[in-house]
Amino acid sequence: MSDQTIDPAIDPTVVGAKAVEADVAVAPGELLLEVEDLQTRFSSPRGTVHAVRGVSFDLRRGRTLGVVGESGSGKSVLSRSIMGLVPANADRSGSVRFGGNEVLNAPARVMRRFWGTEMSMIFQDPMTALNPVVRIGKQITESIHEHTDLSSRDANETALALLTSVGIPQPEKRLRQYAHELSGGMRQRVMIAIALACGPKLLFADEPTTALDVTVQAQILDLLQEMQRDRQMSMILVTHDLGVVAGRAHDIAVMYAGRIVETAPSEELFRNVAHPYTEALLRSIPKLEMAKHTRLDAIDGRPPDLVKPPAGCAFAARCPYAQDRCHQEDPVLSPVPGHPDHTVACHFPVNATSGTAEPVRAEAQS
Amino acid sequence: MNNAGALLSKLGVRLIQLSVVFVVVTFFTVSLISLVPGKPENLVIPFDGTAEQTQRAEFRKKNDLDQPLPIRWARWAKRFVSGDMGNTYSSTGSSPVSDKVKDAAPISGLLILYTQVVALAISIPLAILAAYRNNTWVDKVISTLAFGALSLPSFAVAIVLSYFFGVQLGWVKTSGYNPLGDGLALHLKSVAVPVIALSLGQIAVYMRLLRSDLVATLQEDFILMAKSKGISSRRVLWRHALRPSSLTLLTVIGLNVGNLIGGTIVVEVLFSIPGMGKEIGAAILGRQYVALQSYVALIAIFFVLLNFLVDYLYTVLDPRIRERGA
Amino acid sequence: MSPDDALVLDPNVDGPASLGADDLAVEEDAATRRRFGIAGWLACAWLGLLAIAVVFADLLPFKDPNAELTIPELAPGQDGFLLGADGNGRDLLARLVYGGRNSLIISVFSIVLGFLVGGFLGLLSGYYRNWVGKVLTSLFDILLAIPALVLAMSLVSVLKGDPSQGGGMDPRTILVLTLAIVSVPLIARITRASTMAWAQRDFVTAARAQGAKDGRILFREIFPNVLPAMAYIALLGMAIAIVAEGSLAILGASVEPPATTWGVMIVEGKDSMEDASFLMFIPIAVVFLTVLSLNFLGDAIRDRFDVRESAL
Repeated sequence: MSDQTIDPAIDPTVVGAKAVEADVAVAPGELLLEVEDLQTRFSSPRGTVHAVRGVSFDLRRGRTLGVVGESGSGKSVLSRSIMGLVPANADRSGSVRFGGNEVLNAPARVMRRFWGTEMSMIFQDPMTALNPVVRIGKQITESIHEHTDLSSRDANETALALLTSVGIPQPEKRLRQYAHELSGGMRQRVMIAIALACGPKLLFADEPTTALDVTVQAQILDLLQEMQRDRQMSMILVTHDLGVVAGRAHDIAVMYAGRIVETAPSEELFRNVAHPYTEALLRSIPKLEMAKHTRLDAIDGRPPDLVKPPAGCAFAARCPYAQDRCHQEDPVLSPVPGHPDHTVACHFPVNATSGTAEPVRAEAQS
Repeated sequence: MNNAGALLSKLGVRLIQLSVVFVVVTFFTVSLISLVPGKPENLVIPFDGTAEQTQRAEFRKKNDLDQPLPIRWARWAKRFVSGDMGNTYSSTGSSPVSDKVKDAAPISGLLILYTQVVALAISIPLAILAAYRNNTWVDKVISTLAFGALSLPSFAVAIVLSYFFGVQLGWVKTSGYNPLGDGLALHLKSVAVPVIALSLGQIAVYMRLLRSDLVATLQEDFILMAKSKGISSRRVLWRHALRPSSLTLLTVIGLNVGNLIGGTIVVEVLFSIPGMGKEIGAAILGRQYVALQSYVALIAIFFVLLNFLVDYLYTVLDPRIRERGA
Repeated sequence: MSPDDALVLDPNVDGPASLGADDLAVEEDAATRRRFGIAGWLACAWLGLLAIAVVFADLLPFKDPNAELTIPELAPGQDGFLLGADGNGRDLLARLVYGGRNSLIISVFSIVLGFLVGGFLGLLSGYYRNWVGKVLTSLFDILLAIPALVLAMSLVSVLKGDPSQGGGMDPRTILVLTLAIVSVPLIARITRASTMAWAQRDFVTAARAQGAKDGRILFREIFPNVLPAMAYIALLGMAIAIVAEGSLAILGASVEPPATTWGVMIVEGKDSMEDASFLMFIPIAVVFLTVLSLNFLGDAIRDRFDVRESAL
């Protein structure tokens, strides 16, 4: 039983889905994805890399979760771990429930029924994510043919409709073109079209704008929002740029060293930042009001070694507010007083209301 | 966007390049005769007697041996293009080379075709398997076997195979050739061992190359993207990974033609198959330099055509090349 | 271990997960990177054994390889013939040793000669990118366009000269020259690629900036760096030369009796395939082991010095 509210032109699986495809019935607003204590480890010649160290969250249909973190925080691994697109040397544990179905460690054979139809992913660099020797149209219809029984002609029609819906002019011409014949922005739109071809309920957007010009970035993000609205789609927007998720994500989760260190609805996070790392991230964004030549605040130090994660809080080495307890005891995600949907993993959250710490290293900074 | 125009001009340039190769190679062979110590006509027409003396004088004149090289080459080229490939001389008289070519060339061509088909048919799936199961025991076994196969000279393989399947089991012939006209089974039996022996070396080379290319391609983002669409692994491998990787394979096929030709010559002599190889071998040993000139020219043409074909296939397989320059 | 290593070790940070492939081995493929291990030592042992037998053949208690007896073929182990005897009663082991001497001499000398000429030309054409380099490179490409065996055969037939005038060159010399000439373009091209890569490095520019002359740069700076790659090619080339000699033997272009080589022995053995197959198998096995050992060592050297195959 699929949603009757979705236009078949947008989601061909409505009419022509193959019987074997997974069909997850989740109404808008209902719980779509439940992740509990997800851990991902990679075996490598230097030891086991703990890329994701216990991530839990819920996502409802139609909502966007922004996952923010620097390189090495595990944010990309997270989305791939949830989706199941991990290499052979990855070891995952925990629980991932999609529409009530446990999908963690399901075999590829099973996951393939979800991939494309229920969950999809778009990647950072559209130039490398598109097959350079296959025509665009083929790359779109391939998905459709895989998951539906539509005829070639109908599949092409759907592809055309998709290209139009992502804002590509002259779609008939584009169908026959190759990736290198399109501009960066168009390639990204095409990738979105491919990902949405079979109407997934969950879209992983892995740094979708990092490889694009600034002017195009906003357009793509707008497009994603629009698609999401039309399809009642959930989105996990992974990025290192807080500015990208501001105003576009319902909820934001900040990741550091394989863990979520703070999560809150978007506005609440900006208004009431609790974790020192998030605070530092916010501070490092250049703002229009700043005077010229203001020195930007970078965060000193580097992310920790994920083969031997530190004993206490992973951020302690770089945290201006760190105290002895921070180096010894790993903080757990707990709600911020007064805001039950805002959780933070910190012994001494930066919060006016909880009243703590001043920056300990104020003098060290020259 | 003048795609067709760019394509044509690119292929045109290539054609010119290859023509230059042809000219130089044939020039080399035409000059070969002069490098021989002694008088060439004595070697080509080795027998004594008054008839042979006049033959020798004629031979000198006909082949412009007294002319400077460029003229000699030009005259030779003119004759060659009009189908006159010279004669071979033996104690029983002379016979035109073109007759021999007409009979022998198709046989060699068939051998080479069979070999390539077999080599590709085996090496491509093996490479895909090894790349997909990269670093597992399957991959290691296949790679080791390929390495071993590279160390085996193809004529040794041919001899060993013909011993087991010919002498011991009697399944195939150990020498001689049956054309298609003799019936398919008989035909195949007579070429089975040569083809297998020749293709073994090719398989090893192709497989190793394609495998490492595939392993690199499989790391690319678009493979992950394809996978994330829910496409079956087999489709991803064959439809998405193979095409970009096949470009280097195509290049190697072109480069490998020389080896293949050499191997074919050896195998034909070994198995008494009346192909070009046997003719060439006989011409060399019999000092039939005139015939040799024509044979080498033919091989050069074959080489040029094949490279041209490879270049064309290149543009078919990789649309990016159609636009770019060389 | 620096925290930056975490980025390297977390393969999915910015890079893709892949289908079934291990993405921690992107450049060097672990499966093809052979460990030296026991196989390597076996290869060395075999080649060492060969070297000793061949160099000291006259001092070691081998039978006369050309002494003929009127006995039929003898299987290995009979009558004091360690590896048997052929249709003319000649001891197989002795023939292997003396034939091996010829085979190895031919392959070693031809490769050395090929390197002397080809290596030199390659260095030149790689270093001088002007018309000198271009002319040389075109020359190589054209020579490479001729199938190696055809070129070799043509050269042999030319060098063999006129039989009616007697004498002529020693077939071994002919083979050495032929194989050397055939190998020159390929060696030159590989050397050239390696030279070009090294010539772009800063230490070369630095040397030039200090007024060093070209010759000095070529031989003091570039050549020592090109050398390890050449070692790999040399070993590979020897293996190919041995096989090439075999091919020429089949075509009748190798040495004349009573001299023999492994190639000739294989051809002779083939004729006895039905009655005395060991006469064919043993030389083939010897060639195979030798070629395998050379290939293996070559690979090991290449890995040791981390030379990239893309030099081709």
